[in-house]
Amino acid sequence: MTIPRSTLQAEFERTVEEYEHLLEFDDVSLSFAGVTALDEVSFSVDDNELFAMIGPNGAGKTSAFNCLNGVYKPQEGDIRWKGESILGTRPDQIAELGIARTFQNIELFPHMTVLENITLGRHIRTDTPWWNGALWLGAARAEEMANRAFAEDLIDLLEIEQWRAYPVALLPYGIQKRVELGRALAMEPELLLLDEPVAGMNLEETEDMARFILDIREELGISMILVDHDMGLVMDIADRVMVLDFGRVIATGVPTEVQRHPDVIRAYLGAELESE
Amino acid sequence: MRGRPLLYTSYEDEQALLPTWTKRIAVAVLLGFLVILIPFQLVPGFRFLGEGDWMTLLGLVAIFAIGALGLHILTGLGGQVSLGQAFFMGVGAYTAAALGGPSGKALLGLGLPMWVWLPAAGLVAAFVGVLVAPTAVRVRGIYLAIVTLGLVFVGQWLWINWVSLTGGSQSGRRFPNFEFRLWGEEGDPIVDLTADSVWFGVDVSGEVKTYLFLIVLLIVFAVVAKNIQRTRSGRAFMAIRDRDVAAEVMGVAEARNKALAFAISSFYAGVCGALWGSFIGLLIPESFSLFLSIQFLAILLIGGVGTVTGTLLGATFVTLLPRLVRDFTELLGDTAQGDGLFAGIADIFVSTGLDDFGLISTLPGTSPGFTVFQFNLILYGVLLIVFLVFEPLGLYGIWIRIKNYWRSWPFSY
Repeated sequence: MTIPRSTLQAEFERTVEEYEHLLEFDDVSLSFAGVTALDEVSFSVDDNELFAMIGPNGAGKTSAFNCLNGVYKPQEGDIRWKGESILGTRPDQIAELGIARTFQNIELFPHMTVLENITLGRHIRTDTPWWNGALWLGAARAEEMANRAFAEDLIDLLEIEQWRAYPVALLPYGIQKRVELGRALAMEPELLLLDEPVAGMNLEETEDMARFILDIREELGISMILVDHDMGLVMDIADRVMVLDFGRVIATGVPTEVQRHPDVIRAYLGAELESE
Repeated sequence: MRGRPLLYTSYEDEQALLPTWTKRIAVAVLLGFLVILIPFQLVPGFRFLGEGDWMTLLGLVAIFAIGALGLHILTGLGGQVSLGQAFFMGVGAYTAAALGGPSGKALLGLGLPMWVWLPAAGLVAAFVGVLVAPTAVRVRGIYLAIVTLGLVFVGQWLWINWVSLTGGSQSGRRFPNFEFRLWGEEGDPIVDLTADSVWFGVDVSGEVKTYLFLIVLLIVFAVVAKNIQRTRSGRAFMAIRDRDVAAEVMGVAEARNKALAFAISSFYAGVCGALWGSFIGLLIPESFSLFLSIQFLAILLIGGVGTVTGTLLGATFVTLLPRLVRDFTELLGDTAQGDGLFAGIADIFVSTGLDDFGLISTLPGTSPGFTVFQFNLILYGVLLIVFLVFEPLGLYGIWIRIKNYWRSWPFSY
């Protein structure tokens, strides 16, 4: 029996291109006056991979995201997207390449409704000029309706139908996290950066979010980089895990390998007890 | 779909400007009042609203509303607090004067028709806005307010010293009339909006014609502002207002969109300035002062930042306030001098004679108390503070509260 394809799946259809890795960090170093946030960090992410980054607070996970987004500019090293360097590219141009992101401390637009927030994600996938919208001409109208249909599909996927008309500032935390995921998905990304998607969530909300992440990956084939402190979640769903500590990579590998790595245990639990 | 007003069967229906019949009827009734009932003096008890000076005042409301809509796009949607509105109004007004004003010896004036000078006023102001934008988009919040404050002073200096354009300090110049001509032909214009005439068998005074023209312009500008707000660019402006870094990461080009908001806002301000100049007829360079800019911010704050409806409410309120205070003071003065039941109460507020103490003086210069003008300024400041502290959403917020109260009535929520 064939599984019926969702409309979203059809929207996310893309052409096959030739490149070695989807994303490569090559010896990236970033420091702020005396503090080294990233120290020669190298890793790569492939198509349809769920790559996880873990590490204690201040290890540089979010800094790595900010470098990738173009918000920070690393002093050394190179970041390559499909084999081409994206260093020095503006954040909005990087977004247009197909890199979307959710934030650790929700960065939704608080005075806009759920629908408006998700529709904003369509910004890079639409291009009707402003005067067209100002005069509500056919092209702008058609675009608005297409945006709405797309947003509604995402609302359906994320099960937030009842909240669609509310300004996001009024919504519960767990729902806001989902809306943020929806906004990122509306960009039709090829790579999705999830910065602590389940932080501060209860067990049920965490399970929901894990299900959404797996759904997104299976249905839409989006590669993801996941940052989280919930080890259960990370070890369950990630293909590969990279552990950062004080800006350095201390281990990269499949979850079972990483879990047993002595440096990882030391970083998380402090120095190992001498067994003698 | 009778009986199920919230059932929509297409996205187009739900996203329409006026999605429900209640709203459509309300707007139709409002427009009926504004366009037919008030100007043609058909409202019993309020016939005076269609007379000359009230038509002038309501026309001024429309002009200021257009300018305020421009600031709404820049500040309400874009989050860029600008004090430059007076400067861009000046640019628009003097562009109109130079292009449309009568050609004379001392003053610049090409005598072109209105269909040239009115759009040109907006376009030149927008162009100047684009020139300023590279500086303006680099700063935000209070810093932008200071940069645009500088613009107002540059403008003041320029207008006062460029005598061949502006007529110079304290003397000013005349602005082109509201009249439709094809080109600079001699004789009567095709439509003269300032002279009395008969339209379709009805006497229409010049004031009413000008008023109707301004209301039509206002409707067009308001719908355009609303359309910008609900489409791609408007969302981008709001996203930058709410969280600029997140907006960039979502793919919104910050500098370009801020500059766009600046240009659109300046266009509105330019048109507003040109209309104002022609409406008043003669303006001195000092008119385009900082106080004018602050008046526009006050309109936004009192009406409710971020909504077109609030902006229109604010423009109406702020423009009519001085007149209402004046009329009310006169009423109080008359009451205080009579022996009615309220004479004593009215006497507390107004002073009518040399030894009579009171808040407002009805005989400025002879009796103690503030003049009506001073009292207006004070009231202005007090209102701004009260709205900022107690109702940041302004008049629009009050309206929403009333609406929600009746929606859930008789329950408290």
